[in-house]
Amino acid sequence: MSDAAATAAAPSTLAVGKEVMVRMEGVHKWYGQFHVLKNINLTVKKGERIVICGPSGSGKSTMIRCINRLEEHQKGRISVENVELTHDLKNIEQVRREVGMVFQHFNLFPHLTVLENLTLAPIWVRKMPKAEAEKIAMKYLERVKIPEQAAKYPGQLSGGQQQRVAIARSLCMNPKVMLFDEPTSALDPEMIKEVLDVMIGLAESGMTMLCVTHEMGFANRVANRVIFMDFGEIIEENEPKEFFNNPRSDRTKLFLSQILHH
Amino acid sequence: MTDTALREHVAQPDLPPPASEVGVIGWVYKNLFSSPLNIILTVVSAALIILVVPPFLDWAIFSAYWGAGTSRAVCQTPVIVDGLEQMVKTGACWTMVRARFGQFMFGFYPFDERWRIVLGLVIQFGAIAWLLVERIPGKLYAAITLFVVYPVLAFWLYYGGLGLPVVETRLWGGLFLNIILGTVGIVASLPIGIVLALGRRSNMPVIRLLCTAFIEFWRGVPLISVLFMASVMLPLFLPEGVTFDKLMRAMIGIALFSSAYMAEVVRGGLQAIPKGQYEGAMALGLNYWKMMGFIVLPQALRIVIPGIVNTFIGLFKDTTLVTIIGLFDLLGHAQTATRDAQWQGLGKEGYVFTAVGFFVFCFAMARYSIYLERKLRRGYKR
Repeated sequence: MSDAAATAAAPSTLAVGKEVMVRMEGVHKWYGQFHVLKNINLTVKKGERIVICGPSGSGKSTMIRCINRLEEHQKGRISVENVELTHDLKNIEQVRREVGMVFQHFNLFPHLTVLENLTLAPIWVRKMPKAEAEKIAMKYLERVKIPEQAAKYPGQLSGGQQQRVAIARSLCMNPKVMLFDEPTSALDPEMIKEVLDVMIGLAESGMTMLCVTHEMGFANRVANRVIFMDFGEIIEENEPKEFFNNPRSDRTKLFLSQILHH
Repeated sequence: MTDTALREHVAQPDLPPPASEVGVIGWVYKNLFSSPLNIILTVVSAALIILVVPPFLDWAIFSAYWGAGTSRAVCQTPVIVDGLEQMVKTGACWTMVRARFGQFMFGFYPFDERWRIVLGLVIQFGAIAWLLVERIPGKLYAAITLFVVYPVLAFWLYYGGLGLPVVETRLWGGLFLNIILGTVGIVASLPIGIVLALGRRSNMPVIRLLCTAFIEFWRGVPLISVLFMASVMLPLFLPEGVTFDKLMRAMIGIALFSSAYMAEVVRGGLQAIPKGQYEGAMALGLNYWKMMGFIVLPQALRIVIPGIVNTFIGLFKDTTLVTIIGLFDLLGHAQTATRDAQWQGLGKEGYVFTAVGFFVFCFAMARYSIYLERKLRRGYKR
């Protein structure tokens, strides 16, 4: 882990604000009888980059999906920038405008061109003039290094390109928090790097990020904190170096040995 | 040269495919005689075609009488049967259709006012062509013409008032009546069907229950009974003196009936849209109507174009059922004509003409649907 240790200096140089972006207090969630999230407490400050890992079915995706209310929690409080998520649709829409999300399967709109995918929400949610929205969209397409694909349809792009479009689409809404739900899990190995590079760039620009991922190199390089979840609980939470080198629980140790030495 | 040196690869020349794969012989072999079952099917089909098509063409075209006249007598030609000269009808007698053409098209609409129908339908089909043919610009104006200007104009032209003599709807008839009922049904059933389909998939139980009940009710009753109820039973429930145009009642009945079918077609499309599309849209902050309008419905409707057009075609043909409530459409007039003493026994001609009339419209719709599917498929593939 020598190369990881060398780059591990990077996160500390990135400023973390005092302002709380996401606050989860005593959050519980059930799917019918199944208790998926158990007493989740998590505070994310502005500029923090958090990596969430854990075995499948541990509730990590469900947890970040609660932050923009794609899943509803049944107990506890979740607030984003002090806007609490309740049944109030206005609050939910306000939170979703400020929280970007990138999915495992991209979820691009196949009937719209790349540019239309990027400008739809700024035009219809932010009420931005079309010309301005397109200018911003092109700026982000350049940032994810595929401006030449603007007129194509998502189905004509590779998986890595599609995921970069999906990241650009979220950024066009100028979000304050970005959620990543296993963004590289559906990609072929040679495409993972191009997506991770974009995410690293984003982290270095100071974006508040919550990433569900098993890319431990990425966690090492950009995360301030790594969270390990299992059985719907947060089992362990630490800065990456400590997390990887001195895991405190047996469960974490076992998980790390499984994903690092296969 | 050593053993390790790379050998240059010499490509083999392309050989022509065997005769059984290409050309006329290849096509015939592959498509008609490739297996014993295929051979049997080919022979049976050929026999059926030979048995049915030439006699029909002979009756409908070659031996048919096309001239003008006022009774079936003109269609008969002298033929020697058993040494006696008899007047015999050898083929179709299109004279009947010529004589009754006005009624078939316009019903009992006054002769001097028929230009209003012609003008109205020219505007209608012109606007439809404007909207559907890709090369003509100004689609927004086409839509405004068709959905805003035309309905008002059509009501004035067809019904009258403001300087035009009023023509009561009981005089409306013929193919014109089918077109009016079909157009109203089509224009009303798609939006109502979409709303019902969304309602049936709503998270709100009351709305879901109402939409489901509505759809199942209208799907559960035959159209004939809907029309019958609308024309006979409804007036009994209305207060004394309140009358409600019979044609209007039929229109509403047909529109509600077909919107229930449309709702189920659209629901099928909605179910085919992956959950990720909804989540992608929601995560961007789109509200329910924007998500449906921009993301879900465009994809869902594209999938169910064949089903939608199928419903349209069924609806258009079902407009002939209004005969049973005393509205005389094309089929009604064709049947009436055969009961006329002058044209007795010419049922076949009337029905064939009706069939051709409907076929033209239904086939056009079917072709447009195929064109639309191809055009929309061109853009993106999944």
